[in-house]
Amino acid sequence: MSETVFMKGNEAMAEAVIRAGCRFYFGYPITPQNEVPAYMARRLPETGGTFIQAESELAAINMVFGAAVAGARAMTSSSSPGISLKQEGISYLAACELPSVIANVMRGGPGLGNISPSQSDYWQSTRGGGHGDYRTIVLAPHTVTEMVELTMDAFDLADLYRNPVLVLSDGLLGQMMEKVIFPDPEARKKDGLLRGRPLPPKDWALTGAQGRAPRFIRSLIMKQGALEEHNFKLAEKYARIEVEEPLAESLACENADIMLIGFGTSARVAKQAQLMLAEHGIKAGLFRPITLWPFPSEQLATLARKVDRFLVIEMNTGQMIEDVKLVIARERSLKEVRVELLPRPGGGVPFPEEIVARAREVLK
Amino acid sequence: MKPTMVFSRTPGLKDVVTSYCPGCGHGVAHRLMAEVLVEMNALGRTIAVAPVGCAVYGYDYWNFDTTEAAHGRTPAVATAIKRVLPDRLVISYQGDGDLASIGMAEIIHAANRGERITVIFINNANYGMTGGQMAPTTLAGQVTTTTPEGRDVSQTGYPMRIAELLATLPGVKFSARGALHKPGLVRKAKSLIQKAFAIQDAGTGFSIVEFVSLCPTNWGVNTLQAVEMVEKDMLKTFPLGIFKDEQVGGKD
Ligand SMILES: Cc1ncc(C[n+]2csc(CCOP(=O)(O)OP(=O)(O)O)c2C)c(N)n1
Repeated sequence: MSETVFMKGNEAMAEAVIRAGCRFYFGYPITPQNEVPAYMARRLPETGGTFIQAESELAAINMVFGAAVAGARAMTSSSSPGISLKQEGISYLAACELPSVIANVMRGGPGLGNISPSQSDYWQSTRGGGHGDYRTIVLAPHTVTEMVELTMDAFDLADLYRNPVLVLSDGLLGQMMEKVIFPDPEARKKDGLLRGRPLPPKDWALTGAQGRAPRFIRSLIMKQGALEEHNFKLAEKYARIEVEEPLAESLACENADIMLIGFGTSARVAKQAQLMLAEHGIKAGLFRPITLWPFPSEQLATLARKVDRFLVIEMNTGQMIEDVKLVIARERSLKEVRVELLPRPGGGVPFPEEIVARAREVLK
Repeated sequence: MKPTMVFSRTPGLKDVVTSYCPGCGHGVAHRLMAEVLVEMNALGRTIAVAPVGCAVYGYDYWNFDTTEAAHGRTPAVATAIKRVLPDRLVISYQGDGDLASIGMAEIIHAANRGERITVIFINNANYGMTGGQMAPTTLAGQVTTTTPEGRDVSQTGYPMRIAELLATLPGVKFSARGALHKPGLVRKAKSLIQKAFAIQDAGTGFSIVEFVSLCPTNWGVNTLQAVEMVEKDMLKTFPLGIFKDEQVGGKD
């Protein structure tokens, strides 16, 4: 049964982790995600689970690695500077094909930046982030309810593809309180991103070799040509994910005067701007990627055929806009259409009025 | 007379040739670890974490479940495996670069939390796999590729005594240093591993066995000279002994 409560984003996400059947959480304090480890420290022991406050993000992500090696659902959360430290571990998780969930409650960067909401880790998240040729699935919620749903889905997709999955939110979603609907976990397996697909057995996990040949998990692959083969095998998996998993929300994009494009918090604000533009008699569509990788290219490409003006709203200096332009350029000449940016880096959050004003400018 | 078998390959190791150089200590340590596991009938419930270092191919040699870990993160990986599967025997096998340099935070904190894991620590006074650079355990005056004039402790610090250091932490229940270069010491080394594994199975806390090991290739000497170097130089800086033994039943 689903359940409706009033809850803070970070705590709701933490509760979703538990409802997804994850019993192993490893974290390190960093604002604006501190509610996650605090919630886990209280709730996980009640469920027979394990919470460890790790000595660093490096240790935390490698604990996730260890728990995944042993076949358990495991997750860690952090915010931007801490996620940078986790990149080594994420690369190893991808290399070893270990299911794992990492939540990034983004804050302003680069460097220590600030603790305000930001979307400045789009590139890092969607391009791998660590060293080597790999991909992580990236899910970007724009409400607390969606943060709950996508967090639950993240564990399923991680298990389905044996791959790390990132839940990419920001300080605003993490810190805000709003009405949250917790779906029934079983129902979510059908209605959510898993779409009822069966999860493969973890017949690769290390559990002790009793009654079978010893197993090993490794990412050092030195035999001539073997790593190349492994890279191609991973690439095949990523190609399958690119076909199966892209997801976006689109609202009134057909024949719109202008298409507003944003993810997460930016899209949330853009939804308000969309209504305000309608009051001005402007038909604004809204396109919101939910999976940032795989980027919902086909969906955007189809819609882009009949729209001439695009406004990308991002809480950074313009990162996703590169993917947007790549897709639109497939369908249209960038000389005949306009793809413009409304950037708010460094902890800035756009106001709906700002988006309205910029959209009207782009339409001139 | 019917011949009797007095010595054979241990089923704890795979029947393969290792990549170790002549005189290297890793193979001896592997064998001891494997023998103890066989005697404990524990091969089927052992999960080992191999380090980044010369023992990175552990899974090619060890006849039990093994995962690699990123350089130095070995104890963090072992921590979580043990937390997920508390009745398994979990081994973190590490070199001195892995444990005492890049992985210092992970080892100290796993030890301080009293994680119920056993660390087998191979101290060969240098970074073997990358070709013989200075390690935190490199002796004063020792020549390595990155201390070409010999280790100058006023610039690079002093050799770190890990077994003694970790023994100070309450979460650590067993900490000892053995050696691998003489038959008598090898037998003693085995008993240290037995004790450490027993502590882990008792579930009281963290256990570590440090081995003063040999690396003739990177030390630039032959195997006999390496044995001499351990005897003459290394044991002065790294005395053998049990620095902590809180095994039920007390000290040996
Ligand atoms: C993050 C990272 N830094 C550096 C290396 C390169 N590297 C591989 S093995 C090694 C040193 C291993 O030395 P030690 O731990 O003493 O083990 P040994 O090879 O002597 O057994 C280093 C620095 C690496 N693989 N990863």
